[in-house]
Amino acid sequence: MQASPHCPANVPQPSSEEVTSGADIISTVEFNHTGELLATGDKGGRVVIFQREPESKNEPYNQGEYNVYSTFQSHEPEFDYLKSLEIEEKINKIKWLPQQNAAHSLLSTNDKTIKLWKITERDKRPEGYNLKDEEGKLKDLSTVTSLQVPVLKPMDLMVEVTPRRIFANGHTYHVNSISVNSDCETYMSADDLRINLWHLAITDRSFNIVDIKPANMEDLTEVITASEFHPHHCNLFVYSSSKGSLRLCDMRASALCDKHSKLYEEPEDPSNRSFFSEIISSVSDVKFSHSGRYMLTRDYLTVKVWDLNMETKPVETYQVHDYLRSKLCSLYENDCIFDKFECAWNGSDSVIMTGAYNNFFRMFDRNTKRDVTLEASRESSKPRAILKPRRVCVGGKRRKDDISVDSLDFTKKILHTAWHPTENIIAIAATNNLYIFQDKVNSEMH
Amino acid sequence: MPSLGPSPYVPDPCCTTLAFYNLDTMFVRGLKRKCFDGEEDVEGTLAGIKAIPSYNLQRQSLLDMSLVKLQLCHMLVEPNLCRSVLIANTVRQIQEEMTQDGTWQMISTQSTGQTSLDRLVSTDILCRSSREQAEGKHVPGYGTLSKDFEGDEGQDSSETMSTASSVQAPRNLQGNVWEMENPQENKGNFQKSLDQIFETLENKSPNSVEDLFSEVDNSYYDLDTMLTGMMSNTKMGHCDGLETFSSPTNTASNSNCKSDLNELDHIVEILVES
Repeated sequence: MQASPHCPANVPQPSSEEVTSGADIISTVEFNHTGELLATGDKGGRVVIFQREPESKNEPYNQGEYNVYSTFQSHEPEFDYLKSLEIEEKINKIKWLPQQNAAHSLLSTNDKTIKLWKITERDKRPEGYNLKDEEGKLKDLSTVTSLQVPVLKPMDLMVEVTPRRIFANGHTYHVNSISVNSDCETYMSADDLRINLWHLAITDRSFNIVDIKPANMEDLTEVITASEFHPHHCNLFVYSSSKGSLRLCDMRASALCDKHSKLYEEPEDPSNRSFFSEIISSVSDVKFSHSGRYMLTRDYLTVKVWDLNMETKPVETYQVHDYLRSKLCSLYENDCIFDKFECAWNGSDSVIMTGAYNNFFRMFDRNTKRDVTLEASRESSKPRAILKPRRVCVGGKRRKDDISVDSLDFTKKILHTAWHPTENIIAIAATNNLYIFQDKVNSEMH
Repeated sequence: MPSLGPSPYVPDPCCTTLAFYNLDTMFVRGLKRKCFDGEEDVEGTLAGIKAIPSYNLQRQSLLDMSLVKLQLCHMLVEPNLCRSVLIANTVRQIQEEMTQDGTWQMISTQSTGQTSLDRLVSTDILCRSSREQAEGKHVPGYGTLSKDFEGDEGQDSSETMSTASSVQAPRNLQGNVWEMENPQENKGNFQKSLDQIFETLENKSPNSVEDLFSEVDNSYYDLDTMLTGMMSNTKMGHCDGLETFSSPTNTASNSNCKSDLNELDHIVEILVES
């Protein structure tokens, strides 16, 4: 993989002390359906969109690089007066809508409110008005002697972002996922206890399709952690829980999908049982494969591939950082055990990727069963440098450049990663830095 | 942040780091060691490090840590429900295991008298349930301490604690008898306490959570202060506190060092009527 590190233009370059300003921490990363655009959301409520430069013969080295296309403030901090609580402006998720005309659209959400944004380009402007002059001032009518038709003249490209819909007041609890349906008309938003179905054009109403809130909050033992629509079947969606189970629901079955159609759950391994078993089994992310045949889940220590047709156990399990298994108590103490890592498929569903600590991220090839650990950091990512595989040693033989488990930096976590829909390009969010890596050698999917 | 040597991760500053070396190994193995007498298992894997605490002690530490985590809520933002649920489930697991072990009652008897200041657990919230309070029963928890928020009050609180402990002693004996007869009740009490935590989480009013757990400061509930708080509406905490204390759950009159709540009720009644 070659490195081409990018930082959003509006983020000040950190000095050698690596000062991290809280508002710049990237909280979500998402490619659009063609991969031409890459959106990031941050803790300060901003969205930055990158656009891939078209390949040109003039500058062969710049081909395919991502540059800032647009930046806008999506959400502002709010205050809930009834509960005396702040509502964070942090962008939890961004999802692109499939492009239907010249404009691009995306949904962005914080804890409570989802917004639909329309991104348009303007590269022409009309000139030659009859009543106004070039600066827009009204002309002296006595000077107007003839009529002219305004002509469109080219201008510098301007990207305009406007909020088209605001879907507010749909959630009592914190929204953790949004997912656009394949019908391109509806989308769903999930919070800790409920999932709502919205129509993209209607903001004052939503349908509640899943509700796991117990009658007595005292009985609450499980929450919804992630959810997604099936990529092809507009009636199917999946949601994951904090107990490690997945539920596939069919909206045709009933209006309220509390009864799942399929329940995917792996029985607990009795030999590995501890007080932390439940916590580490909590699913932090679920993603359908592009084919729609499989689901990918991430829990604290593993990524698992599930076949939709098999509910009893995953078909594949990959260890992300099993060396942490003996450190669970310490990780519980410093709250790292609650970190929610995301996972991603590549375009052909042959490789899966997820983040870890120390700015490491991992890739697993499902066919060859080989895996690699790479690092997203300035030192190891000079432009066009090849990324060197890293290794964490757990005692025993230690090779040069290995990192021991005790030296891992748990404040440097890669929670958000994204894979280009068709090419071998990945976007890695490391705290407040965005890294984009391209595999120039193997740009075709295998 | 540069990574340092043996412990690279910074523990939560609000959590007291209890010294439990090799705690992780103990827990991951999931071995239950029947060390009811508190005998320490010396593993001696590393020279110069003090003896590994027993499984029970470590489990207790985990329980304490979990309760602290549940109690600490961000002042301004809603707590993360998923995290709270997971921690609460862990607490329930430990409590169930302790009940099965029979160590639940053991801990209670040990806790009378002086206990270490490191214990951050507020007993009342763990033991109290609305029904008990109505009946005037008291069920002691792990210790007889209240949460010590301010460091500079350390001196005062230790005095308060010794007083509370001595007052506690006769009640404890009675409570213990009650407990041993009804281990299920005990479980219920604990459940109730967790429930209270959840209810407050649901209410999403962190100030009320803090009020629930913190030691009552007499001056805070001075009638004048309260009225001022109500009128000026500057501190939201006051309003929330009032809401909390006006609920029947908290009209207890028999908890240790909470006799002020009697006064509080009285004050609230006055305010409500006015």
